[in-house]
Amino acid sequence: MIEGGLVADLIACALLIGGVKAMSHPRHARRGIFIAGVGMLVAILGNAIFGPTVTGMRAALALAAIALGGGLAWYESRRVAMTAMPQMVALFNGLGGGAAALIVVTRLFEPGRPAGPFLVLGCLALAIGGLSFGGSGVALIKLAGRWSKPLRFRFQNGVHAVLVLVILGLGTGLLLHVGPRSGFVVLLAILSVLLGVGAAAPIGGADMPVVISLYNALTGVAVGVDGLMLGNPALIVAGTVVGASGILLTRLMARAMNRSLGQVLFAHFGEVSGVDGSGSGTFKEMDLADAAVTLAYARRVRVVPGYGLATAQAQHKLAELTELLRQRNVEVRFAIHPVAGRMPGHMNVLLAEAGVPYDLVQDLEEANPEFPQIDVALVIGANDVVNPGARNNPSSPLYGMPVLDADRARRTLVIKRGRGTGFAGVENPLFSAESTYLLYGDAKAVLGQLVGAVKSL
Amino acid sequence: MNDAFVLLLAAFTGYEIISRVPALLHTPLMSGTNFIHGIILVGSLLLFFTAQGSTAQVLAWIGIVLASANVVGGFVTTERMLALFRSGRQEEAHDD
Repeated sequence: MIEGGLVADLIACALLIGGVKAMSHPRHARRGIFIAGVGMLVAILGNAIFGPTVTGMRAALALAAIALGGGLAWYESRRVAMTAMPQMVALFNGLGGGAAALIVVTRLFEPGRPAGPFLVLGCLALAIGGLSFGGSGVALIKLAGRWSKPLRFRFQNGVHAVLVLVILGLGTGLLLHVGPRSGFVVLLAILSVLLGVGAAAPIGGADMPVVISLYNALTGVAVGVDGLMLGNPALIVAGTVVGASGILLTRLMARAMNRSLGQVLFAHFGEVSGVDGSGSGTFKEMDLADAAVTLAYARRVRVVPGYGLATAQAQHKLAELTELLRQRNVEVRFAIHPVAGRMPGHMNVLLAEAGVPYDLVQDLEEANPEFPQIDVALVIGANDVVNPGARNNPSSPLYGMPVLDADRARRTLVIKRGRGTGFAGVENPLFSAESTYLLYGDAKAVLGQLVGAVKSL
Repeated sequence: MNDAFVLLLAAFTGYEIISRVPALLHTPLMSGTNFIHGIILVGSLLLFFTAQGSTAQVLAWIGIVLASANVVGGFVTTERMLALFRSGRQEEAHDD
């Protein structure tokens, strides 16, 4: 069993890591996921062929389980809309965490169960996997918009601390052979899931990109620790790579929002009600015909899309407007904030789906130095990520968060649904600035009318 | 103990590969790493094949269902997203 299985694991790890590496550039990213897919097949087949010999009955049952889980996932993920991708990531992430936890439970129910350091690893993987399962479930419901009000109560962090202590106690009990083993294992699993639910419940929608990255990392870690417990190198390598990359992404997201991970998890947004008064100037509106002329006769235009664009399903209209402007030799680029959308990079997927070539997309570092030379910044359904208060108003709750400097363009057009504030509930001085003009209405309708108006010029 | 060294190296490898991925691809990347941790299916299968008691067998079987959904769903969603990314320059080159 050892040799053949290990060789398969080695090949699988090389393919999985190589696949992720290939995903670093859009040109060969798609090849990357196929390479990783082959790696996965090698790992599964290798371990099945060189693994323990099994009866036909058990092999058939295993195949049935794969067909059931894989079939349902196939059906669901083929048809889901790109706007709902974050939910899918949360779903499959939670399932992975659940599977990682179940492995430990199975192992602890069996005779010849792990002892000493292996038992510690098992408890760790069980707790992290359960945490990820519960937390991803909450993230899924929140991302789907079915749970909009964060659940907060007094002593919430205290309750979580007690849960952590009980989980540690149960683990210690298992290690010292105190108390009923299966009861402890089941309780440990349930409490870990509860802790995951509890930790995600108070977190607001704006922080979801950070949370989803964090749970992704946790599932990776749980898989890696499972690998340590089972002594399976493929699990160790693949799980740890995911864990490390998830931690990196979580840090990037937190930095993009100017929040530490601790703030996201323990001090929740919205507790600072930030009306700073600096945005209470007069708002100037611009009518559609003028806006169309402004865009069509500009030399350089930067579009700043926010999640409002996606909720209005206006990506395709925006792509059409972009095409029209480019035909008139207007230089159009898209400036994307790292946390635009519901998860890191979500906006880029939505623009790609609408047919916007990725060369036209700039990230924050590329976009900001150019804004002073930009004729028109077109802000669509974005608010907090273009709030200049984050740059120059120390009393703003957003102060210090990296923002796109749309206010530095010669003229800023803002398509906005209503007069409300953003996720963070903070007033935005950009909207009342000298050079800013507002176009009120549903993004899709306004963009459609702009397309018509530009065509008729 | 050897496994701990493997873990250490894998952790740095993961951090390094991902640090070069542009923000443009962060969603497919996360979905892709989501697919990678579907490797847990290997563990679920091994446990199901060796499980003795009926409780353990049932639990391991459920584990296979969850892990397979992770693998297949992670792959399909990632592939669908990556298929969308197109370069404007390539298209123009084709047109010429």
